[in-house]
Amino acid sequence: MPYALCFLLFMLGLYCAVVKKNMVKIVIGILVMEYAVNLFLIMLGYRFGGTAPIIERGQLLESGQIANTFLNSSVDPLPQALVLTAIVISLGSLALMISICIRTYEKYGTFDITQIRRLKG
Amino acid sequence: MKGMTIIVKTVSSWIKVLIVLFGIYIILFGHLTPGGGFAGGVILASSYLLLMLAFGREFVQKDLPLALDSKLDCLGALLFAMIAVLGLVLCDKIFFANFLYQKYLPGQPFNLISAGTIPFSNIAIGLKVGASLFLVIFLLSTFRRDTSA
Amino acid sequence: MSIPLPLFIAVPLVMAFFLPMFGRKGKTAATVLANLVTVSLLVFAVASIGKTEVYEVGKWSIPLGINLVLDGLSSLLLLAISVVASAAMLFSARYMEQYTAKAKYLSLFLLMVAGMNGVVLSGDIFNLFVFLEIASLASYALVGFGCEHEELEASFKYMVLGTIASIFILFAVALVYGNTGTLNMAYISQAIQNSGLNAGLKFALALFIAGFGLKAALVPFHAWLPDAHPSAPAPISAMLSGILIKTLGIYALVRVVFNVFGISVSIGWLLVVLGLLSMVAGAFLAIGQWDFKRLLAYSSISQIGYVILGIGLGGLIIAKDNNLPWASLAILGGLFHLVNHAVYKSLLFLTSGSVQMSTGTRQLKQMGGLAEKLPFTRATCTIASASIVGIPPFSGFWSKLILVVAAVQAGFYWIAAIIVFVSLCTLIMYLKVQRYVFLGELPENLQQIKENRGSMLVAMVFLACLCALMGLLVLVPCLKQSILEPAVKVLTDGLEYSAIVMKM
Repeated sequence: MPYALCFLLFMLGLYCAVVKKNMVKIVIGILVMEYAVNLFLIMLGYRFGGTAPIIERGQLLESGQIANTFLNSSVDPLPQALVLTAIVISLGSLALMISICIRTYEKYGTFDITQIRRLKG
Repeated sequence: MKGMTIIVKTVSSWIKVLIVLFGIYIILFGHLTPGGGFAGGVILASSYLLLMLAFGREFVQKDLPLALDSKLDCLGALLFAMIAVLGLVLCDKIFFANFLYQKYLPGQPFNLISAGTIPFSNIAIGLKVGASLFLVIFLLSTFRRDTSA
Repeated sequence: MSIPLPLFIAVPLVMAFFLPMFGRKGKTAATVLANLVTVSLLVFAVASIGKTEVYEVGKWSIPLGINLVLDGLSSLLLLAISVVASAAMLFSARYMEQYTAKAKYLSLFLLMVAGMNGVVLSGDIFNLFVFLEIASLASYALVGFGCEHEELEASFKYMVLGTIASIFILFAVALVYGNTGTLNMAYISQAIQNSGLNAGLKFALALFIAGFGLKAALVPFHAWLPDAHPSAPAPISAMLSGILIKTLGIYALVRVVFNVFGISVSIGWLLVVLGLLSMVAGAFLAIGQWDFKRLLAYSSISQIGYVILGIGLGGLIIAKDNNLPWASLAILGGLFHLVNHAVYKSLLFLTSGSVQMSTGTRQLKQMGGLAEKLPFTRATCTIASASIVGIPPFSGFWSKLILVVAAVQAGFYWIAAIIVFVSLCTLIMYLKVQRYVFLGELPENLQQIKENRGSMLVAMVFLACLCALMGLLVLVPCLKQSILEPAVKVLTDGLEYSAIVMKM
């Protein structure tokens, strides 16, 4: 059920990126899509009633092993690392998109993509 | 871009110190508590953003010139690459090996000196992310609405 | 001697961050360093032909760690990447004097090369996504490098479509992780073999084909290519059209479909149909163009259709009758056409850049009779056009011949007829280029132009010699066995990839 809502958010972002005519709205649509995919990734690693995947001092036994209580109850830490990387990538991509929007506004004078059509054919 | 009133300027110059301290704490303890290089770097960049909002853009440009910022950015990335290549050299051809943990400085778990090269990687990433985010925000803020095409 | 695999990624990456420190005064030093990097990558790639190696980063064993895998397909593509990159870098030493901020251009170029090397060498599917993003972001910035009107519009269009494709790919990686529990390609392949494809994995496969197909500019997804490739500076057009759409699009698609998911009859037919659509649509749209680089961009779409057709045909034959010799021939045709197209399309874009630098225009109607003024450009352009059309003994003839023979042998006569028809259309479009650019009479405003010598010439002549000699790759048996056959074997083995990687 939460996965279906996440997919709905993805579809909303895709609709916004495809249909709208203002450049900044297209960028916001892409941003909503990225949020939906990051949310989906984190939800994949969730376990009901789980704890944060950080080892406390009492859970590391003297033999160097990790206590079973930690292994049975922590959520999956791998999707969290993947999401961190994906957020950094989307930050870089967003910075590039916004700067191209700004330069295009300086050259053409408008944000409307139906009037920025010098390349045809 | 002008600055704000004198109350905002005074208070923000005190708070800036706290923000930088908090950012450095999150970077340094990245292997023990949540955070790490990227989050700490964003906090460091936001301290300069606070200065830019309170004092105006010209003050910040005198304080941290763009050329220096660009070089700090490259330096952070080169530091990270050097740590990886040192692993290749010192630990017989294993790229990115945690050579401090395995050979020189193992340390105890849960202490500050424990995870080998990971704190140094965090510092390099924090430097790079802070510098480049500040550069991006500063350059994007020079947008003027009435520039002719 | 064996080269540690991370050097392919680490050397361009370190240099890419070292070069912006040079600024405006150290332009020559920066250019020399960058050229040294690409030439050394070429030497590394030649030294690692024919080896198969699995390198675990940080000595964390899989599936806990990330591994880098070098097999036949990877080494073929590494060779192609380094050849095109060194030629384009040599060309841009002289061409990019027209733009400012040359040190930043060089650093972005090296970032793109590092990203492509990472895509080709990665053995882990999320690592593939990260390097794909690095290369894509560098290319978005490079397309809009001159900041003129058209370049910004083209760069925005390219960036929006490319980012949507990357989000599709990330969504597919998330679905695969959720269904199999691991990110390493060998382990994913094993899990899929054990449990079969459920609905989530089929949706993930569809998203992968859509995402990688958009990066490779297959026909329903090709809308960004005719705007992005002409507007970019000429060496970047050469890199984009020659290597980027093949590495990020075709290599990743083929690796995921053949080695991880496993080929089936419906996927084979899908690839064949996409290839045919691309070939025919690209050829028809290219004939009516009057802009030199836009015509070359549409012709790229058509030639990528050939590659996907060859590989899809091979996959279809494997899935239907499991007849390995026929499938190997089709896949050999597809992969050889990939390498050929990398060389001659990048040469064509470099010659168009030379023409643009001399005359200042890209429109075919404003040029004419440049044959006496630009002799070297004319010679190399003619060699490249002869290769792409398929005149013997140049390299294009052999790859098209292998594709036609493979199609006829497998019984698909109509596919062979379409291949020959599209070759005729290619002949028409390149005769148009030759007539309008080099033959005919010289307009008055172009009487004073002269040839650009120096590094641009060296790069073009180097690629032209390769064009002429590449036919030997299939004719000479020992070259074929060491370079092309291991690549074909990786694809026909298909799901054996996981066994090979896990055994090492």
